[in-house]
Amino acid sequence: MRALRILRRSIRDSFKSVFRNFSLSMASIACTTITLILVAISLVLTYNVRQVTTDLEHELTIVVYLNKDVTEEQKVRISNDLETMENVDSYVLKSKDEWKAEMKEEDESLENALDIFEENPLLDSIIVTVDDVKNLGVTAEKLRAYDFVSSAEYGEGMVENVIGIFDAISVGTIGIVVALVLVTAFLISNTIKLTIFSRRTEIEIMRLVGASNTAIKLPFVFEGFILGIFGSIIPIILTIYGYVFLFNQTGGYVFTQIITLVEPFPFVLIVSLFLVVVGSLVGMLGSWRAVKKYLKI
Amino acid sequence: MKLIKVEHAYKIYKNGTTAVADLSVSIDKGEFVFVIGTTGSGKSTFIKMLYREEKPTSGSVIVGGIDVAKLRNSKVYKLRRKLGVVFQDFKLLPKLNVYENVAFALETLGLPNDEIRPKVLRAIEAVGLKEKTRNLPSELSGGEQQRVAIARAIVNEPKLLICDEPTGNLDPETSKGIMKILDKINQELGTTIIMATHDKELVNKMKKRVLVIENGVLASDTKKGSYKVHESIKNS
Repeated sequence: MRALRILRRSIRDSFKSVFRNFSLSMASIACTTITLILVAISLVLTYNVRQVTTDLEHELTIVVYLNKDVTEEQKVRISNDLETMENVDSYVLKSKDEWKAEMKEEDESLENALDIFEENPLLDSIIVTVDDVKNLGVTAEKLRAYDFVSSAEYGEGMVENVIGIFDAISVGTIGIVVALVLVTAFLISNTIKLTIFSRRTEIEIMRLVGASNTAIKLPFVFEGFILGIFGSIIPIILTIYGYVFLFNQTGGYVFTQIITLVEPFPFVLIVSLFLVVVGSLVGMLGSWRAVKKYLKI
Repeated sequence: MKLIKVEHAYKIYKNGTTAVADLSVSIDKGEFVFVIGTTGSGKSTFIKMLYREEKPTSGSVIVGGIDVAKLRNSKVYKLRRKLGVVFQDFKLLPKLNVYENVAFALETLGLPNDEIRPKVLRAIEAVGLKEKTRNLPSELSGGEQQRVAIARAIVNEPKLLICDEPTGNLDPETSKGIMKILDKINQELGTTIIMATHDKELVNKMKKRVLVIENGVLASDTKKGSYKVHESIKNS
């Protein structure tokens, strides 16, 4: 019960302190708000880029064309090898007749063109889906090594470039977010430092009357927590309304049909939750740093 | 019964200054003791060691059964809960009224409100400030402010009250009033009081035990002593 009362008192005191040092608190809250807005933008961007990358990854396959004179034994052999081959997620054998039928369905002129040939000019093939797109080239090379494989294609160069750009965007935004979080923690730490100085008589009396170290430190840690929470309110509102607005305005597509936006719900709620957690953690981290450094008890 | 037992205590600061050297003294429960000495004599360091604001470099300082020398920083509060401290500069919170300033000590310790209220009112009454419960420190005289500080120090009913020059900022008449209150607390509540002071008149008038500290050493320890003893040592 005593611990609960101390906790309640700490929370009350930290709220009081936030309003007592209003201008300082506002500065910290404003800084947290700016950081969290950028964190939100980074999150939305990273998540959407990841989504595009994932979509792209699912669509990326290696098409292995087999030689014209490939035997059934050779097809069985390569199928068995694919079962155990590293980085191979799944594969589908597609015969030249299946290709022909598919092409005919897609285009009528092709139907006539293909009928000119006595024998089907297309090749039997295997469509391979991989686990990791980054190793697409390595897997393709392995497949090309078979003497009955005519070619293994996957859009070399372009795929690696696109994935590389997306990866760089992800790493870059994460880097920016981490840097911003540290700057905010430092600013909150500064606010708490000033609070500690402005309340030094109070702290001195608390020490003299026998308040435990935890009871003395708690209000400051809570203050950082509250600043963080307050700082996350505007970013959350902007995230929810802003993203829904963007989604509705664009119809869920950006530039082309290939880049689709993540559905707003529950995405914005997850981002909001993340913002609250980041805000409060940054606040507590900042205040904890100040307490450790400036609150000598 | 001994409340304080100091044995061969030394306090040597990092810069090499010896503030207290081989000091041994014991104080019984319920005693009223003056600690006198010139500025820089080590009197304040001795007082600070009693409430563990300073840690002895060697020797032992036992207060209420707690060895101050061995007490870790995180456990200092256990000692502080057993004693009250009053300072020359009152150390009141300017935005809190008399009642709130006194209650602050108990609220900080997490006591329930129904327990806080009677204790606070009792302490305020003991220092004669019943009529000024709702006044802010700025609305009080220096003597009244010091009485609030005393009320805050005794509100948790400590066994020991340490007063570090409590009358240093007050005029002689007001100082007498403060001494009356301290004497009353000592007599009626049985609280042990240790008071560091420069006030010759007060020491001579009270006729209590006097510890004289000079150059970090206990120069004399007299029952019903006076400031004269101190002067004779200075002159010798």
